[in-house]
Amino acid sequence: MTTPVTGAGAPALRRGGRARRKARWTFDSISFFLVFLGLPLALFLLLVIWPFVQAVFYSFTNWGGFSQDFDIIGLANYQRLVNDATFKTALGNNIKLAIVVPLVVIVIAMIFATLVTVGGRGIGQTIGVKNSGFYRVVSFFPYVIPAVVSGVIFSKVFDPSNGLLNGLLPEGLRQNWLGQVSTALPSSMFVIIWGAVGFYMLLFIAAIKAIPAETFEAARLDGAGRMRTMWSITIPSIRENIQTAWIYLGIAALDAFVYMHVLNNSGGPDNSTLVMPQYLFRLAFSQNQFGYASAVGVAMAVVTLVFAGLVFTINRLTGGTTRSS
Amino acid sequence: MAGSNMVEDRVEPRAGRAGRGSTGPGSGGDRAVTVTSHVVLGIWSLVVVLPLLWVFLSAFKSNREIISGSPLALPSSWSFDNFVLAWVDEKLGQAMLNTVIVVGCALVLVMLLGAMCAYVLARFEFFGRRAIYYLMLAGLTFPVFLAIVPLFFVLQTMGVLNTLHGLILTYVAFALPFTVFFLYAFFQGLPGEISEAAAIDGAGKWRTFFQVMLPMATSGMASVAIFNFLGLWNQYLLPVALNTKRNNWVLSQAVASFVSGAGYQSQYGLLFAGVVITIVPVLVGYVLFQRQLQGSVSQGTMK
Repeated sequence: MTTPVTGAGAPALRRGGRARRKARWTFDSISFFLVFLGLPLALFLLLVIWPFVQAVFYSFTNWGGFSQDFDIIGLANYQRLVNDATFKTALGNNIKLAIVVPLVVIVIAMIFATLVTVGGRGIGQTIGVKNSGFYRVVSFFPYVIPAVVSGVIFSKVFDPSNGLLNGLLPEGLRQNWLGQVSTALPSSMFVIIWGAVGFYMLLFIAAIKAIPAETFEAARLDGAGRMRTMWSITIPSIRENIQTAWIYLGIAALDAFVYMHVLNNSGGPDNSTLVMPQYLFRLAFSQNQFGYASAVGVAMAVVTLVFAGLVFTINRLTGGTTRSS
Repeated sequence: MAGSNMVEDRVEPRAGRAGRGSTGPGSGGDRAVTVTSHVVLGIWSLVVVLPLLWVFLSAFKSNREIISGSPLALPSSWSFDNFVLAWVDEKLGQAMLNTVIVVGCALVLVMLLGAMCAYVLARFEFFGRRAIYYLMLAGLTFPVFLAIVPLFFVLQTMGVLNTLHGLILTYVAFALPFTVFFLYAFFQGLPGEISEAAAIDGAGKWRTFFQVMLPMATSGMASVAIFNFLGLWNQYLLPVALNTKRNNWVLSQAVASFVSGAGYQSQYGLLFAGVVITIVPVLVGYVLFQRQLQGSVSQGTMK
């Protein structure tokens, strides 16, 4: 195969080559499929799919985790889940996160992306504000900082006695940000938002740049102002990107384990920042209730899928498939 | 409420004003909009930079100085004691080495396996192709949390629990769906004539992939590699559950332990030094490669 093809040998070899491609079971193609498809697939099945399948199975058992024996108890875990007040609190917190975080992040990212791409001038050529490169680079900083480190930083920023925030605020406004029910969840949300805005801003910038400049110029000639342009041109044009952003952010907010775990290890005052994965982690690794923890995991997966389905449905109902151009 | 609304309150009204300002076509209104834009973006830049600056400055301060001094004042002397303490005593150096090994190996492996798998799925028709594709999609959307408990026992059975190679394999498996998805679209977009030409010239399937198709996919590979790098470097859940031996800790675990670990209330400087050590390499890398990174984001959205 690797010998150079010369002179009269060429046609024969070429014919051979074609024949090899038709004959399916040569060493080349068998080894190729085994390694190229078999290897990654084996790893994926063993370490991702198989644990998922097992988790679903364990959710129907009372397995504790350490001993090898357990009973299949049917839907008992799920019945317990429905009446579990702590789980409901955690689910409620996740839902609050999944509504507030994407909304705030997308609004801020959208405004910033508009400002640095087409917000520069009201008339004439569409350009961003001056120094937009600087704002873009700085806004993206939090994305390259690991979530756990952002959590660590802000657990100290919000520290009641030596934190940055209370240090900058006048006496009367100082709070125990993470330690009281009224501010714990909003403060935690702020950290997630802080970490996410830069990335989605960049995503929207890329999408806005893909809109032809003539579209903006035509709108301006017709007398559309900045808000009108954003509402009638920019948002409809990048609708798909906004939907993608909403799904990613929502899935991230339905998890949020890393942030919450670092900011308030125990679930916050009165479980006000407890999220489902934290509860799962507690059940599985400190209370040895692996069966029940798996049921919580299955519930999480269902909530995530329902959320993604909702976003798709809402987008379709509001006319997502018909793009205005 | 103050935490999350702080941003909104600052942004919304000004954006509203920006909109109204633009209705007057005069250059005076234009200037007002420009000024408000800069104010809004400037405030956000401060919100991003101030906490980082505070961490950076505090890392050089003694505990007494952090507790009694003004938060954003320069340290009285630039002392590296905290850094030495974090690097040596708190084994951040070891954690850094572990992270580089784990992320490096996992990245190379997942790029290779992901590209191979994506190539086969994108360029060949065979029984079960669709099933595999949807299985990957499922792996991408299901919460990692659901798998974490059984995964613990799978790794234990394989004898690789609490080892670096066990963690590498897990990283590869969980980064695989994203890699395959992204590269699948990429390989489908490559012209088919070229691989046919290679086959006619007598190249086998192996050679066609490594010498013809893979080099053509370099730009797509680079984008995915950047995202995978950030994702794996930031990974926290998998190591926290599957890699509990102190000597094998990765950076994210070590830094998190600074907060949850008892006794660190009094060791602010140490914690801040740890944070600086963790973020500086990635931040420097970002500033150096930010052009490529922005290119990657735009490619990611063009799917």
